[in-house]
Amino acid sequence: MSKKEWPLWEVFIRSKQGLSHKHAGSLRAPDAEMAINNARDVYTRRSEGVSIWVVPSNEIVASDPSDSEELFEPSQTKVYRHPTFYDVPDGISHM
Amino acid sequence: MKEINITELERKFQEKIDNDIKIEPNDWMPEEYRQTLIRQISQHAHSEIVGQLPEGNWVTRAPNLRRKAVLLAKIQDEAGHGLYLYSAVETLGADREQTMDDLHSGKAKYSSIFNYPALTWADMGMIGWLVDGAAIMNQVPLCRCSYGPYARAMVRVCKEESFHQRQGYEIVTQLAQGTPEQKAMAQESLDRWWWPALMMFGPSDKDSKHTAQSMKWKIKRHTNDELRQQFVDVTVPQAELIGLKVPDADLKFNEATGHYDFGDINWDEFWQVVAGHGPCNKERVAARKRAKEEGMWVREAANAYAEKRAKRKAS
Repeated sequence: MSKKEWPLWEVFIRSKQGLSHKHAGSLRAPDAEMAINNARDVYTRRSEGVSIWVVPSNEIVASDPSDSEELFEPSQTKVYRHPTFYDVPDGISHM
Repeated sequence: MKEINITELERKFQEKIDNDIKIEPNDWMPEEYRQTLIRQISQHAHSEIVGQLPEGNWVTRAPNLRRKAVLLAKIQDEAGHGLYLYSAVETLGADREQTMDDLHSGKAKYSSIFNYPALTWADMGMIGWLVDGAAIMNQVPLCRCSYGPYARAMVRVCKEESFHQRQGYEIVTQLAQGTPEQKAMAQESLDRWWWPALMMFGPSDKDSKHTAQSMKWKIKRHTNDELRQQFVDVTVPQAELIGLKVPDADLKFNEATGHYDFGDINWDEFWQVVAGHGPCNKERVAARKRAKEEGMWVREAANAYAEKRAKRKAS
């Protein structure tokens, strides 16, 4: 029995030139090169991509869901950061 | 004090579900929600993987190159679907290796339909049309499942699955419009697959022990019987259009309800197959075990190669 499981990789795909890579899913592979080959087969069977990134899942640092209030709530009260907060006279255009 | 915390966490969790806010892997979730999802998603993954076996049997016997290429593409898709789903199970903290071993030991189930044999070429059509058709009916509502990774996997699966159903219906249509022998082959295949396809939706609502809780958690959006009825309603006209007869003497359109009434399902057969006594249960699980054991040296060699390269790079 093989005890060593292949490491987990997160797969990011650029669907076409000009767009950023987007998380597509994850997979297991022994190394980065095979992770890219597997990602080609698993996530781009229907021309979904022109470029692939793979990142070892354990290298990803994520924010903690229990911190989400302190992280994201402050911006909810700052409506003045959006253009719709401001009144402009009727008839004004190009603004 | 801790009790109160859990109650409060559960209340907040249900509030998110009720407001259609998706649950993501690191969010707090009740242990039973996690276990329900691990069971359901792993069964789903196993079904995709085991589902390759009846079709693999026909790759070398496909009637022409076009059909062969299509069948290979479909089987490759099923493997991909299994992989999306095993990844989704892992996000719940389940061990991937253990998940597969549970299939091999018989602890985990897979769709009972794959315990029926694929005896003729018409079965390749019937599996696409009926089995993938029933799977789509089950999976479309799962795209709105409350658990994010499962829902996202389902969106991909559903996009890909619709070609499976159409290629199946195309095979069946061509046979049904072919020679008398071809038409008979299509009819015989429908006779064998119709009832097992209806059983794919699972036990009747009154016998389904997980349905109520799964609906409250928005893992499921419709009951087994609702989905089964929907499947009958859309599939019967498809059979009629190509001149095939659904093997059910009680099948009749009910003007009052706007749905088809249909005969009783043989639940004894269903439970027998689920319990491991279907025509192919042993063969399917044995094939999966063999694949794992015989592929072990490949996985070990890949590990050794990766280690060797990492060492060389470091020095």
